[in-house]
Amino acid sequence: MTEVVEAGALRGARLRLSAALWRRPWLKLSLLLAAPVLAFAVVYLGALASLFVSAFWEVDAFTAAVIHTWSLDNFRRLWDDHTYWRITGRTIGLASAVTLTDAVLAFPLAYFMARLASGRTRATLFVLVLLPLWSSYLVRIYAWRTILAKNGALNWVLNGLGLPDAGLAYTNTAMWIVFSYVWLPFMILPVYAALERIPENYLEASQDLGAKRWRTLRSVILPLALPGLVAGSIFTFSLTLGDFITPALVGGAGSSFIGNIVEEQVGLPNVPFAAAFATVPVIVMAVYLIIARRLGAFEAV
Amino acid sequence: MSRARRRYLAWAVFALLTGALAVAAAGCGGSSKSSKSTSTSSGASSIGKGEGALNLIEWPYYSDPKFANKFEQQTGCKIHRKDAGSSNQMVALMRAGGGGGGGQWDLVSASGDASLRLIRGGDVQQVNVGLIPSWNDFIPIFKSPAHNTVDGKHYGVSLQWGPNVLLYNTTKIKPGPTSWAALYDPKYKGQITIPNNPIQIADAAFYLMHSQPALGITDPYELNKKQFDATISLLKQQRKLVKLYWNFDTDGRAAFANGDVSLGAIWPVDTLALQAKKVPVKEVIPTVGATGWADTWMLAKKAPHPNCAYLWMKYVTQPQVEAQQALIFGETPVNPKACPFMNKIEAGSCAKYHLNEPLNYYNTIKFWKTPIPDCGNGKNDCMDYNAWQTAWTQVTG
Repeated sequence: MTEVVEAGALRGARLRLSAALWRRPWLKLSLLLAAPVLAFAVVYLGALASLFVSAFWEVDAFTAAVIHTWSLDNFRRLWDDHTYWRITGRTIGLASAVTLTDAVLAFPLAYFMARLASGRTRATLFVLVLLPLWSSYLVRIYAWRTILAKNGALNWVLNGLGLPDAGLAYTNTAMWIVFSYVWLPFMILPVYAALERIPENYLEASQDLGAKRWRTLRSVILPLALPGLVAGSIFTFSLTLGDFITPALVGGAGSSFIGNIVEEQVGLPNVPFAAAFATVPVIVMAVYLIIARRLGAFEAV
Repeated sequence: MSRARRRYLAWAVFALLTGALAVAAAGCGGSSKSSKSTSTSSGASSIGKGEGALNLIEWPYYSDPKFANKFEQQTGCKIHRKDAGSSNQMVALMRAGGGGGGGQWDLVSASGDASLRLIRGGDVQQVNVGLIPSWNDFIPIFKSPAHNTVDGKHYGVSLQWGPNVLLYNTTKIKPGPTSWAALYDPKYKGQITIPNNPIQIADAAFYLMHSQPALGITDPYELNKKQFDATISLLKQQRKLVKLYWNFDTDGRAAFANGDVSLGAIWPVDTLALQAKKVPVKEVIPTVGATGWADTWMLAKKAPHPNCAYLWMKYVTQPQVEAQQALIFGETPVNPKACPFMNKIEAGSCAKYHLNEPLNYYNTIKFWKTPIPDCGNGKNDCMDYNAWQTAWTQVTG
């Protein structure tokens, strides 16, 4: 008997709760969003904030303990030493080169997949584009190292054709190739999505108005695909900008990225200086995202 | 509310939130100040019963099951190991969680370029070597070496050591080099590999010590401004010849195996691995000597299992175990009594690893130690490790 009463009370409470939520939609929304917003604020922004704060601290040269005094010394050291300018320039330069390369490689393939290929070919191409992502990023970098090595597959093919060694192992060119390879799928997919959404009648209208293929591409397809290209470039640019494994494994003398120096300084250990240098890519990305927004990257998705 | 106004409001809220978090982070950081004082007691007075577990930060294979299993059975201390890839990684692991091993780690097999950093940072505690019977048998220079003993206080027990050797490909470099000068010779441009480690500055200083006596370098780890600048300018010349600054010795090894480099500074363990793979390489230690690394099992300040840690230090310094570890890793024991045990496992290995050398042999090996301002000659004008790291980044970055 008491069980029935309890069950009834429970049911009543549940009904009251759901009625209360129904009457106050804002309460339902905030309950739904509380967990992700909290995680975002504490985990994500909290980590960024503590990074930024520790950039103003210093390290005791003798004990390597962190001293909590505020100073701009870390930033001054970054500014004054041309080594860090060189490394920043190399990082941004290579990230730009990789982004450009991936855009040029991805566009024709994405166009073919989105507008020309049959359903079956398209599915096969999708699998092929995504296939490399099934294996670890490290495995793919090591694979490239053996391909580019002096005794590797590339030189074996070249020598077989009577050509001299490519001599690409442990160079910045090797890093450019490897980066372009590993991030290519991240460019193809958003460009594909953008191209697929262009209505067929836009292209017909363009033709009806007398535009040749080239003109249609330039004036209709490219502007409509631009948000996809920019969205893809955010991936390729930011992923290259933050990487330190590829430079460590396939780069030669003079191939350090910002990430490598950050890693070194954390191990020294000089976390404040690492934090100061780590704010550089954050700023670069912020600028990049503002430009991307202007170009309409966020309206596409 | 207009759209623009609302947007400003959103930004203001965002800024406030970020600011609040920053203050909170600063507060948290402030309260977790790492302790600077080092233990003044002389370490434990006796070894108690094992706590059932032992957490190690180690170079790979430093607690190889071939000899560690027996220890686990004897003492009941179950080993949990974390392999480190570099000295910096070891220091970073020990510093994580508030330093002193974070209450997680018991022992770290620190090399000489990390050990003084750990001592000065207060991350390790004093060890009573009286509780390690084999310590009395150690080769004298490894009993209280400068890289693990400060002011007569021991912060761990020496373990094994090895030289940094000159390795070359016998089919590509003819005749084979006999001097460290080869690593600075433009003839070998694009064929050279060098470790990517600031302590490598000492190798260049060691070369200058013999090739330019006028600089007056007596210890490659104690360099004043003038000596340091001369060394760095030599390294900047060398950079033009270097194909690869290897981060892990396995990377240097791969570059030799793939034919990308034919000459370089690396470790005996890599020579053995390459020769086992039939790569035509040979190592030399030039007659002037070499720099070398010596490893120490150091006791973490906040070690949760100190008894197991002492039991481990006692166990691994025994002659039989030293011999086993030496031949698994390719390095030299600090306990000369290991010699017959080495020969029993592999005939002639004691001589191969120089364990039977006279004491003056060790004067030709300059062991890694963290550079500090104190030059040992009363002056305080030597370049410290931060300066070494900064200069190394300028050379290689």
